[in-house]
Amino acid sequence: MAKKLNIKDKYRLLTRDLDWEFSYQDRSKAFPYEAFEGIKITDWSKWEDPFRLTMDAYWKYQAEKEKKLYAIFDAFQQNNGHLNVSDPRYVNALKLFLTGVSPLEYQAYQGFAHVGRQFGGVGARVACQMQSLDELRHVQTQIHAISHYNKYFDGLQEYSHMHDRVWYLSVPKSFFNDARAAGPFEYMIAIGFSFEYVLTNLLFVPFMSGAAHNGDMATVTFGFSAQSDEARHMTLGLEVIKFLLEQHEDNVPIVQKWIDKWFWRGTRLLTIVAMMMDYMLPNKVMSWQEAWEVYFEEAGGALFKDLARYGITMPKYADIIEKEKEHISHQAWWTFYTHGHAAGFHTWIPTDEELDWLSEKYPNTFDKYYRPRWELAKKLEAKGERFYTSGLPMLCQTCQIPMLFTEMDNPGEISYRDHVHDGERYHFCSDGCHDIFVDEPEKYVQSWLPVHQIFQGNCGGPDVENILSDYYRMNLGADNLDMKGSPDEKRWKQWKGVA
Amino acid sequence: MSTESKSGSSRSKVYIALQDNDESRYIIEAIEQDNPEATIIHMPAMVRVEAEGKLVVNRETVEEVMGRDWDIQELHLNLITLGGNVDEDDDCLTLEWNS
Amino acid sequence: MPVQAITDNYTGQVMDAKANFGGNLIIYFGWDEHLMFCAPKAFPLPPQMTFGDVIDQIMPQAFGQHPEFKDIDWDKAQWTLNREAVSPARDQSLEALGVDHKSCFRLRTPGLTGYKGTGV
Repeated sequence: MAKKLNIKDKYRLLTRDLDWEFSYQDRSKAFPYEAFEGIKITDWSKWEDPFRLTMDAYWKYQAEKEKKLYAIFDAFQQNNGHLNVSDPRYVNALKLFLTGVSPLEYQAYQGFAHVGRQFGGVGARVACQMQSLDELRHVQTQIHAISHYNKYFDGLQEYSHMHDRVWYLSVPKSFFNDARAAGPFEYMIAIGFSFEYVLTNLLFVPFMSGAAHNGDMATVTFGFSAQSDEARHMTLGLEVIKFLLEQHEDNVPIVQKWIDKWFWRGTRLLTIVAMMMDYMLPNKVMSWQEAWEVYFEEAGGALFKDLARYGITMPKYADIIEKEKEHISHQAWWTFYTHGHAAGFHTWIPTDEELDWLSEKYPNTFDKYYRPRWELAKKLEAKGERFYTSGLPMLCQTCQIPMLFTEMDNPGEISYRDHVHDGERYHFCSDGCHDIFVDEPEKYVQSWLPVHQIFQGNCGGPDVENILSDYYRMNLGADNLDMKGSPDEKRWKQWKGVA
Repeated sequence: MSTESKSGSSRSKVYIALQDNDESRYIIEAIEQDNPEATIIHMPAMVRVEAEGKLVVNRETVEEVMGRDWDIQELHLNLITLGGNVDEDDDCLTLEWNS
Repeated sequence: MPVQAITDNYTGQVMDAKANFGGNLIIYFGWDEHLMFCAPKAFPLPPQMTFGDVIDQIMPQAFGQHPEFKDIDWDKAQWTLNREAVSPARDQSLEALGVDHKSCFRLRTPGLTGYKGTGV
């Protein structure tokens, strides 16, 4: 009987030994994207994959994960699982997830398929191939899980179309487009390292635990099933960075610049997750600030301490990021609340208990800066003048988020930055976004800013209502506006037999 | 992210989080046996184990607690997330920070 | 380097060039200490528009929903244009004021500091 191979031997045979030398072709033509970013690779064989997963084992374990997952989806659907969520407001977090996050999984699938082809080292190619397949699995399982909610709630039916067009969804879409339009090494630092290693944890761990806490068995299951792949992705991300730093000292400043850029881009993107945690989960697990401290400050701090031996330092503007954790969820929810007519999900004023929870969790900021906004909103709502802001907001050229962020040394004042490039003025929400633009202006002059596109007449119209209904395909009066009085709320009350 | 470390003597924390289910219960029990300093934190639907510097999952201990053969790569089925440099072979999975 | 690209001398298409807005300029207005409005607002305006018309027609669209809007004394309002203090006259056109495409005005209203003085 043949002796069973150990993991290390099997990994060597089924990955490294599948590679071949080029005898009659020029290697640089086979891997044309490998050099232009300035990264120097001297020896691909130094690449380590600590999990040493081979394709046969990959299929075996992924199949088991899928079987478990789909058994739970079946049970969820057969038992009308949507009726067990804590509060119908919760489902709006899923609407944002499906329109804003799931399409990024698809972009990640495309991105990893591309860079997997472009790397000269076979270890990196196999790891990227697996990650690419994982990401495709994630988007599929998310669509399947949330399709059950689509039978009973508004706002989920046009997620893919909306992702390409709706104003606030240009934020996640352009984030990934930026990464995919970069070279393969920058893509790996952007998505594999910065995003996977630190930032997706915040979405897939505390938020998914929150989904469980709000009775959503389907979401927590797809979330944790996806995250079980992420653990492998995180390991790949960390491996990539160590590999690049060990290959050549000239790589260090390039990698540092990408870390600075992508930690900033990532924290801006996660503003939406901050808001989902603090405002859209009726049963609370932890505040955004607490989650940030565990998964970014503590986990990220440990990571950067470990990378210090290569000469890598904390991401630029870490001091600003640390202060912003007490502000951004409140600023974001206020933005969506006041633009509730143009959002593809419902918004609401937090209940009195929720406002008190926010005061308790954010003692330095909530009562001073944010509670007064809700007091004003309540006063207007009581008069029958629920506040929907007029006009269209000014956007940041880099992150494409409305200019809602404030100065951290004066949190009552909007943070304005600008820069003139080639005779044209550009505006930014922060020094972080400003610096990213200034480093590569020819990339970001191309930003598809939804507000400017509307003014150019590229999104239909002429009225905002026409744009929302025809160009964005929102069902006006059903998908948008306040939770109060929405068809979602009416149906929920019918199901529950309450007036 | 704080730029100063909390104290000179403490090492960074490594961590692993598992889905809160029947298989994980045995894996956690094995981790507790082999890593007495580890802290176990229960959250909705998940269990997080953290330890200063290093954490080890041993195949043998898990097999003993579970009462059946267990492949170290089965860990992937219940794994949610982890932090630290990973090393995996047939007998154990190690998480460690070098500093 | 203006961009890290595999193609030499790569340049991007300027998506928001002035020529794309049918003769209008994009102009932004922010009202300090009034965060009822989560962000400054953007408007496409003709360069010949007088500042008086901006106050009479555009400001109510931008900020008229605020309870303090009706109390603004426009003679005492303080303006900055692209970070420089300016004192626009009602009959001055935007063009004459030196406003160009994607210019940003910030408004301060002494004595009016938001809902119950909270900056909201």
